[in-house]
Amino acid sequence: MNKKFKAFLSIVLAGVMIFGVTACGGGNGGGEEATTEEGKVLNIWCWNDEFQTRFNDYYPEVAEAAEDGSTTTLKDGTVVNWVIEPNENNNYQNKLDEALLNQENAEADSKIDMFLVEADYARKYTNSDATMKVADLNGVLDATADQYDYTKEVVSDADGNVKGVSWQACPGLIAYRRSIAKAVLGSDDPETVQAALADWDKFAETAQKMSDAGYKMLSGYDDTFRPFYNNDAAPFVEDGKTLNIDKNIMDWVAMTKDYTDKGFNNKTSLWQPDWAADQGKDAKVFCIPACTWEIDFTLTGNADPDGTKDPEKSAWGDYAVCVGPVSWCWGGTWITAATGTDNAALISDIMIKMTTDADILNKIATEKGDFVNSKSVIADLAANYEGNDFLGGQNHYALLSDSAAGLSLKIASAYDQGVIEKMQNSMKDYFDGNVDLEGAKANFETAIKEIYPEIETVNWPE
Amino acid sequence: MNKRKKAAEKEISYAKWGYIFIAPFFIAFLVFQLIPLVQTVYYSFFEYYRSGLTVIGPNPVGFDNYKALFESDFLKYTGNTIILWIAGFIPQIIISLLLAAWFTDVRLRIKGKQFFKVVIYMPNLIMASAFAMLFFALFSDNGPVNAALISAGILKTPFRFLSSVSGTRGLVALMNFLMWFGNTTILLMAAVMGINPALFEAAELDGCSPRQTFFRITLPMIRPILVYVLITSMIGGLQMFDVPQILTNGKGSPDRTATTLIMFLNNHLYSKNYGMAGAISVILFIICAILCLLVYFNLNPTESDRKTGKKGRAARKEAVNG
Repeated sequence: MNKKFKAFLSIVLAGVMIFGVTACGGGNGGGEEATTEEGKVLNIWCWNDEFQTRFNDYYPEVAEAAEDGSTTTLKDGTVVNWVIEPNENNNYQNKLDEALLNQENAEADSKIDMFLVEADYARKYTNSDATMKVADLNGVLDATADQYDYTKEVVSDADGNVKGVSWQACPGLIAYRRSIAKAVLGSDDPETVQAALADWDKFAETAQKMSDAGYKMLSGYDDTFRPFYNNDAAPFVEDGKTLNIDKNIMDWVAMTKDYTDKGFNNKTSLWQPDWAADQGKDAKVFCIPACTWEIDFTLTGNADPDGTKDPEKSAWGDYAVCVGPVSWCWGGTWITAATGTDNAALISDIMIKMTTDADILNKIATEKGDFVNSKSVIADLAANYEGNDFLGGQNHYALLSDSAAGLSLKIASAYDQGVIEKMQNSMKDYFDGNVDLEGAKANFETAIKEIYPEIETVNWPE
Repeated sequence: MNKRKKAAEKEISYAKWGYIFIAPFFIAFLVFQLIPLVQTVYYSFFEYYRSGLTVIGPNPVGFDNYKALFESDFLKYTGNTIILWIAGFIPQIIISLLLAAWFTDVRLRIKGKQFFKVVIYMPNLIMASAFAMLFFALFSDNGPVNAALISAGILKTPFRFLSSVSGTRGLVALMNFLMWFGNTTILLMAAVMGINPALFEAAELDGCSPRQTFFRITLPMIRPILVYVLITSMIGGLQMFDVPQILTNGKGSPDRTATTLIMFLNNHLYSKNYGMAGAISVILFIICAILCLLVYFNLNPTESDRKTGKKGRAARKEAVNG
């Protein structure tokens, strides 16, 4: 009898072992939350907390946000589930693709309802069936009449259907340190500084002056990439097989190499801690080509890490902005509704409130410095806004409202995130002196074919 | 008679239980290892990747993936991997041998052996990725190491470790060394302690110097364990991934000189290119197998060697007796 018991025990143990092993493998079998009512869960995918904080702060239906930031509860009891995946190295795109390919088989409450995209890969999703036409969402299309055209153009599919909306337009600017401008250029007035940065030749002259006075013009290699890239003549990839590098990109390479050799920059890379530190009070870096969303999302935090808002203790108030050598923009963030969502009504309400409601947009602009996506709100702010404290009281809307009307993202393609990241990575070796230009180009081609196997040829400008 | 019959039955049932006991492993192996393994080899002959939201393939392409692999920088990454492994392994084996010899030496009588054993094993307990993050922060351009070197007057401007080839490779080797020398030391200590103490006593009586004892007695006696350490380290080295991946933020920079084979594999897998990733895996498997067989047959005496050894001893015995 004892033997039998032992046999029984061994079978149970063996079973447990198998279960243990298989349970580990099949861990991601999807959420099994109770699905009693329809559409009580809204799953939003994004790559940082920018939209999340805007939503929690300004969406009127928000009842409570969880402390760890993973969920937000709305007044009617709907739970907003935030799925935040880091953006770098196509990580967000890959995870999103995986989830979207499973969208059909997913349970209603674990389906993606809404996801955010940025200009560098928006076309990949707007040209697919994964996103819903805004026209199919109740009232959204009519509400967006006042938005800047380019923000609709970049998220339109081949037939011209708009598939996403954004609460921001993103004119580029040059943010500079007032104290350094006074010390070297004699004045921190945006017009004087603009005159000193009016084109790339003047930009280089000023960089030389900064260098002579013991300052760096820029922090890193990638800072000037976007102004050049945004003025490319054609998209990187048009036929899905050939990657055409624009002459502008090579101009950026040549200029950055020159600046690096002359010591005009601090050799940092975008988003790195050293790069962020170069925006702080003690840094000796004059300017950073930035974008309106960066004022609140990046610059404020880096210039004033402790949140003191005190010009004595931080670079708060020591920044100002001017247009710089060229007009450009850096993407933006678009909200799209995922095909298969069971929350279409809620999504259209969120889209209308967050991207077209004049009061909410006005608040976002005055409290966060975002360049909101409404021509009338911006026109009003350009005339009546008393100024942004972080920018030392400057009204940057007055400065940028003209250039915003002329923005374009015609050159955006589905491949841009990968191309831009790999270009910046490969050229870093060239700037650092580890390889020659040909070597950097070869490394770039290798890296591109790794992430985009469908790209067959890379054409470099003569 | 009856009793005997029962005993026979029991024997049969024991065998049955044996199979039942090993079944879970074989089922798990089949599902989680053998099937994926076969699939990997199978898909290495296909064009099979994802372009955006569309899946391309699988289309059979024969050996095209392998051809593309050897036309790309595959050999360069093989070289990177070997350099990174050797640069970490040589100091590791030297220091480990030295420590093992010292810790087991009866005449030295080192105090607090247990404490040192724990301390040198400690780095192995940290997750490789956490360790790499730590080094990334320590050795960044304006990090504490550069600050210390400058304030000590050794450097004038910060040395950009992660932008220089030797700096990055050196850091990877240093981390692998720090993580694994404790483990190797403990393995080798176990090997040395397994040697018959009478041999050491005899050597001492015969006036052997410590160096002679080490090279003539310790080293030959622990050879099987050395082979084991070498093979496991080599396999580990070929599969080096987490340390360089995290340290270089997945870029394998500068100039892709810190890109190991598995990072190369990961690059393809990351963009869901199952065909190319499969081809790399297959080649990696072949390289691994060849290296292991090579090392095994070179360092382990074969049957015939052992026989000649015996003959030699017998001959010597005869000579002594004669």
